[in-house]
Amino acid sequence: MNTFQLFNGLTFAALLFVVASGFTLIFGLLRIVNLAHGALYLFGGYIGYTVATRTGSFVLGGIGAMLAIAAIGFVLDQGLLRFVRGNELRQVLLSLGFAFVLNDLALVIWGGDSFTVPIPQVLRGGMRVFGVFYPTYRLFVLVTGIVVFAGLWGLLNHTRLGALIRAGVDDAEMVEASGVNIRRVFLVTFLLGSALAGLGGLMGGAFLSLYPSADAEILVFSLAVVIIGGRGSLVGVGVGSLLVGLLNTLGQVMFPELAYFVIFGPMAVLLAFRPLGLFGKAA
Amino acid sequence: MTTIATQPALQSRTFAGMTGRAVAVAAIVIAVAAALPLVLSNYQVGLATEILIFGVLAMSIDILAGFAGRTSLGHGAIFGVSTYVVVYATAQAGLSPATSFALGIAAATLVAVVFGLLAVRTSGVYFLLLTLALGMIVWGICLRWTQVTGGENGMRGDVRPEWLVSHRAFYWAVLAAASLVSYAMWRFVRSPFGLTLLGIRDSESRMRSLGYNVSVHLFVGFAVSGFFAGVAGALYAMFNNFVSPSTVALAQSVEGVLMMIAGGVGTLFGGFVGAAAIIALENVVSSYTERWQMVLGITFILIMIFTPEGIIGTLRAMLKRKER
Repeated sequence: MNTFQLFNGLTFAALLFVVASGFTLIFGLLRIVNLAHGALYLFGGYIGYTVATRTGSFVLGGIGAMLAIAAIGFVLDQGLLRFVRGNELRQVLLSLGFAFVLNDLALVIWGGDSFTVPIPQVLRGGMRVFGVFYPTYRLFVLVTGIVVFAGLWGLLNHTRLGALIRAGVDDAEMVEASGVNIRRVFLVTFLLGSALAGLGGLMGGAFLSLYPSADAEILVFSLAVVIIGGRGSLVGVGVGSLLVGLLNTLGQVMFPELAYFVIFGPMAVLLAFRPLGLFGKAA
Repeated sequence: MTTIATQPALQSRTFAGMTGRAVAVAAIVIAVAAALPLVLSNYQVGLATEILIFGVLAMSIDILAGFAGRTSLGHGAIFGVSTYVVVYATAQAGLSPATSFALGIAAATLVAVVFGLLAVRTSGVYFLLLTLALGMIVWGICLRWTQVTGGENGMRGDVRPEWLVSHRAFYWAVLAAASLVSYAMWRFVRSPFGLTLLGIRDSESRMRSLGYNVSVHLFVGFAVSGFFAGVAGALYAMFNNFVSPSTVALAQSVEGVLMMIAGGVGTLFGGFVGAAAIIALENVVSSYTERWQMVLGITFILIMIFTPEGIIGTLRAMLKRKER
């Protein structure tokens, strides 16, 4: 693997981190495996694309995507998932049904063509890093991934909300018993996790492009990240993203026909021996 | 659900493990099903065939979901592997339909054995995620391994032997096969071994302290379930004469699970009811609108919120309320 491919792996890992960190926040705290997360990513990408092309502003596209997807997350959580609380299996399958609806809705609104979110002028072209000429935008994605990691780390470790979320991951009932409105913490987490999917959609939409089955692909990668990293662990998502991002690039370079196997083979074996992932804790 | 275990033992006169009433019901259902082609059009016979095949798939998923408490999202892949092998063996390797059929089922069982080895240590949502991921591996391989699988374009092949080419003859053959494997699955879940799966579903730790090797029992359950999914997949190869990555895709597993749930988790024969409901809905909806995916999603959501026990489960609950 040369430097260029290494960068490809790292930038893909950064994108995966943004998407999967939202997924793991929701999975860790609410115990909901949100299989609509991929659909939220794609929907966010489409909305970001529309806003960015209409207004000509990439930043506004990002804000629009995050707000819109948080709103859709609100509908999913408060409108549908509240009816099946406490039943993991029904939650998973309901979110899967929601994903089908969202995908079809996206197909109605944006059609089956593939779109690429326009990159702002500043981030076009390339620059020289570590002896290779590399696209500036993908470096920007890498930086964004690191910023999101730092932001989430700060939020989780240095704010009251973060302390509540961490406590909720360990034992939601105890937190509630100590007088905290855990429902509100749950809701905020769900909205934050959804918004991260939306942000990921915009970021990914600019270099992987947006098309009708992109949601399933990103969902499967996110699942792999979270399964490897462990439920609800930020560091786990970081390590999982790096592993999956680099393995994916390695797989594509060395065994293009077995690229999927290169990621999911190790993951399946890991899960068989460490069912809770590298950094997962028993519930 | 405990009724499954307690009902039969009380009856004294049995035939092949079934009570007189069960034999009568089974005979009537099969007779009616066998008479259907006499009144249906060729197109409708095709739909009925599809319902039988997917009913078998839904039942195979129910063996794990309803009786061992493990919902698999990888059975579409096991089903599809069988389809792939049958089509490949007849069209590319030139083997006879019977040999291909057996090879397809063997391949599916082998895949289920590998899945089972990895999956039996997990439960709940993790089981679901792991089987989903394993299914995605199969899908990825079918999509990328172009020389063998034909990649995105899939493979075509005339799989049916001469005497099964007509719609009716094939329907009757599938009906015979579906009846046979349904009976086998029914015997399996009510066997002493099947009851240990039920025990694992209700309390894994209790079964363990009673001295049962939970992992081995789940593993065997998974392999058996995979075998039956393989039968469905092989029948599907003959039905469709074509296979592509969408046959092994997640959507296939999801539809199987949906049919199983629509019929009723743990009702086994509900698989056919669920398959009939979903396939009928698909056909009605598709004639009015192209938005089948959306309707499927909404159906999924509504079932999860309102009737998680499925059609048969809800009917049973209503009957019980009346009896009181």
